[in-house]
Amino acid sequence: MDLWMKIGSALLIGTMLVILWPRAKVMFKESPKGSAEEWRSALIPLLLVAGFVLLLIMAL
Amino acid sequence: MSSYETVTARSPEAALATNKLIRNTYTLLSMTLLFSALTATASVFMEMGPMTYLVSIGVAMLLAFFVLPKTANSASGLGVVFAITGLFGFALGPLLNMYLSLSNGPQIIGMAMGGTGVIFLSLSGYALTTRKNFSFMGGFLITGMIVALIAALANIFLAIPALSLAISAVVIMLMSGFILYDTSRMIHEPHGNYLMMTVSLYLSIFNLFVHLLHLLGALSNND
Repeated sequence: MDLWMKIGSALLIGTMLVILWPRAKVMFKESPKGSAEEWRSALIPLLLVAGFVLLLIMAL
Repeated sequence: MSSYETVTARSPEAALATNKLIRNTYTLLSMTLLFSALTATASVFMEMGPMTYLVSIGVAMLLAFFVLPKTANSASGLGVVFAITGLFGFALGPLLNMYLSLSNGPQIIGMAMGGTGVIFLSLSGYALTTRKNFSFMGGFLITGMIVALIAALANIFLAIPALSLAISAVVIMLMSGFILYDTSRMIHEPHGNYLMMTVSLYLSIFNLFVHLLHLLGALSNND
């Protein structure tokens, strides 16, 4: 990556962080707490996604 | 008794609003995906330089954060959605050209595209059929996104390949979580704005594709 790409990427990510930060704080405060069962119902499909990605990597 | 009547009287209305929101969002999402595929193809054939990626994404993000919220309830909002997704598609040109120059590049791109489609349809289908409310994931997902962005910012200068792969793996999981979160929002917030929902789902799909492409490209045996 050349220097200008590095500077451009850093500026883009920095701007995104500045924009996202206040929204993230609000989202974090307003987000309801999930029960263990609710987290399990979300983690199972996410683990399946991880397994699927591993399968894709092995297939290449 | 009155509260019972209110619930029963509002239920069909809420169900109709939910169905309308889901239908509108998925219709617009498919149209924007097609449109961004067109702009990505144009960008590939025009052999755009690497700066195209940064400039297009920068402009698209500014439109998404500052223009779309103001126009989401008007007809011009639709044009803004197509501008955002068109720019994201156009940004992919240099990235796709880089992969196409590899001997197994088309296979990697095809696999990333197919993988993204399978993950999106499966997770969206899961959230729609179970009708579970994944709103509790919001705080966790946004915190994860901030951490991933900070790590990506640091890695621009550190240039550690393993960290870059770890960031892509984390972003894939976060975007999968956002697909569950956004799909359940359509069910549990029936009066939400379909333009905002579309852009939200589109961003998850876009990031999922880009990071899956990065992971598959880095871990494949390139010649």
